[in-house]
Amino acid sequence: MLKDLVGIKDISKGDIESVLDTASSFKDVLKRDIKKVPALRGKTAVNLFFEPSTRTRTSFELAEKRLSLDVVNIAATTSSLVKGESLIDTALNVQALGADFIIIRHPSSGSPHLLSRHVRASVINAGDGINEHPTQALLDAFTIKEKMGGIEGLSIAIVGDILHSRVAKSNSYLLTKFGAEVRLIGPPTLVPRDLESLGVKVFHDMEGGLRDVDVVMMLRIQMERQDKGFFPSTLEYSRYWGLTAERLLKAKKEAIVMHPGPMNRGVEIASEIADSERSVILDQVTNGLAVRMAVMYLLGGVRE
Amino acid sequence: MKIIIKNGRIIDPSQDMDGIGDIHIENGKITKIVVRRNGETEKRRAGKTEGPNGKSVEGNAEGHSVAESPRQREIDAAGLFVMPGLIDMHTHLREPGFEYKETIKTGTAAAVKGGFTAVCAMPNTNPVNDNSSVTDFIIRKAIQEGACTVYPIGAITRGQKGEELAEMGIMFGEGCVAFSDDGRPVMNSQIMRRALEYSRSFNVPIISHCEDLNLSEGGVMNEGLLSVTLGLRGIPAEAEETMIARDIALAGLARGRLHIAHVSTRGSVRLVREAKERGMDITAETCPHYFSAGEKAVLGYNTNAKVNPPLRTEEDMEAIKLGLKDGTIDVIATDHAPHHRDEKLMEFDHAPFGISGLETALGLSLRLVEEGVLTVGQLVKKMALNPARILGLNKGTLRSGSDADITIVDLKKEFSVKAEEFASKGKNTPFDGWILKGTPVLTMCKGKIYE
Repeated sequence: MLKDLVGIKDISKGDIESVLDTASSFKDVLKRDIKKVPALRGKTAVNLFFEPSTRTRTSFELAEKRLSLDVVNIAATTSSLVKGESLIDTALNVQALGADFIIIRHPSSGSPHLLSRHVRASVINAGDGINEHPTQALLDAFTIKEKMGGIEGLSIAIVGDILHSRVAKSNSYLLTKFGAEVRLIGPPTLVPRDLESLGVKVFHDMEGGLRDVDVVMMLRIQMERQDKGFFPSTLEYSRYWGLTAERLLKAKKEAIVMHPGPMNRGVEIASEIADSERSVILDQVTNGLAVRMAVMYLLGGVRE
Repeated sequence: MKIIIKNGRIIDPSQDMDGIGDIHIENGKITKIVVRRNGETEKRRAGKTEGPNGKSVEGNAEGHSVAESPRQREIDAAGLFVMPGLIDMHTHLREPGFEYKETIKTGTAAAVKGGFTAVCAMPNTNPVNDNSSVTDFIIRKAIQEGACTVYPIGAITRGQKGEELAEMGIMFGEGCVAFSDDGRPVMNSQIMRRALEYSRSFNVPIISHCEDLNLSEGGVMNEGLLSVTLGLRGIPAEAEETMIARDIALAGLARGRLHIAHVSTRGSVRLVREAKERGMDITAETCPHYFSAGEKAVLGYNTNAKVNPPLRTEEDMEAIKLGLKDGTIDVIATDHAPHHRDEKLMEFDHAPFGISGLETALGLSLRLVEEGVLTVGQLVKKMALNPARILGLNKGTLRSGSDADITIVDLKKEFSVKAEEFASKGKNTPFDGWILKGTPVLTMCKGKIYE
């Protein structure tokens, strides 16, 4: 197994499968009355978050606790980074305190890669810039497998700000590795054509893009993109690329709807869809815990 | 002291010279040049063990041997190329203000190690070289501590802010040879027009860093599939090309002298070529990294390959070579941009742009000779004669009477690039570990020998 998980792009299908298999076992554990296992007792995880995050950080922290790890949370506002310490120095200090795992979220792409070259601890990318968010893709794959029985041969639409979405990128890498058809949907300002050479299909209209898909994965649209001229207003965005009940009719009848959260209800997704039986959004959250436990269990932390 | 460089293959495009002969130097000036045989003939004879004078050549592997006497020194350059000292039109010496990155002393030491006898210092220092006091400081410091000649380039606008013209005339009087806001473009077209007009009073070129800051905003590498898959924000080729198109148009309007810095894209080459075909008086430079390395050099988030303009695609590299071959691109300059190790050891987004280029420029450029893109003579033109002509310097030539600025190069000698051994403080190069052929074995600045 690998030392670090910095992205999906460069890991094998076999590595991904072993995470998904292990996650199934942990999911059973999470259904028990006593949800904690001693798997990594005595080891330490440090959650190093340079961007605000509630969902991902909480998920990692709970996953760590379920594995009996000792947990430390460091948020950018309280860290010495504001005093000018470099990222590498921060990580080396954390390691010197005995961290076996460093879970990092950072606004600059490639930061986890930089760390992984300088520390012995297992580095897990919890989202870097506009690059990757590998554990999200793993939990999405786990959820799709669970709901649809497999991934190969499925048609999966990812809708929204693909350009700036690490979720979309990690998912595209993973799903194409597993033989799914990936469709990326959004306005041309947010879905670069270049991506087609990665073996995905690009659509700029919802009606065409959603036709007969098995899975619809909606992305959070960030309000600040409006200021940068990627689209004129969220109102207009939702009119063309928001998921409504009517648009969902284009997809297969049994198609599921996913969202990595947090949602902008009424912008990229209508409430009636988010709260419907088609939505597996809360399953994604639950599965995230099992998948993150599996990743840490398999990486193992510092090995002497 | 008298110096004679003997039996070298003398390449001097200013006199259309390519021949085997001797150069006599006295008091820092070239006094006489004697050519005995055509250099091309010599090339055909190569492979035989005979030396230039029918004697066997010794010590060639080490380059040259030296005979010393107190009053005269002879340098045996048999088997070596003797050329005018290289002139770098585009150097960041960082002093004043950023001495932790580079100083005039270390930057010029790197220059002579790389075969350069003169460098032009870009004005983005702290304070900016936008007034004659800074110009004067640079010139004095270079005389005291510099290994080679330093020509300051003044800022076009005060503080390089792109708002109001700096005192070009006074700085010109103090020794500035060109004006540039390098590192940042003059975004305001009216100011750029005025700069191109006003600089005509002193017949100095305006060197334009062509980049539309709105198009390149936030970008850290070439825009394309690779930037998307690395999750890095891209700088499209068009950020450079739209600005080159604007500046060519403005140069026409102002009838000024425009020199385009660090051309990196196929479209830019096309624009410059087309303007020259229309008879416009513009010149352009590229840098060794734009024909030596493509955007893939940033893989693994290698900050030493982060440079502005960014490393581009294979097609762009080919177009740059073609532009050099057909004369569209007049000059190879280094854009030597040294940075401290700690600054490059950062997140890719946060690391500064720039490559430390003085000590690899000649070796990388000589690959073009190996590939048949340029002859040695054409290369010397682009690295010595053309920069001198564009800047109006009485340099880049071996004519008798000129300064004894001479570079002796062993074209066959390979060296491995070792960033840690750079004379420059900046060890930031994507070429670390590359094997290059063509080592400057001796650099002479106004008769002073560095070897």
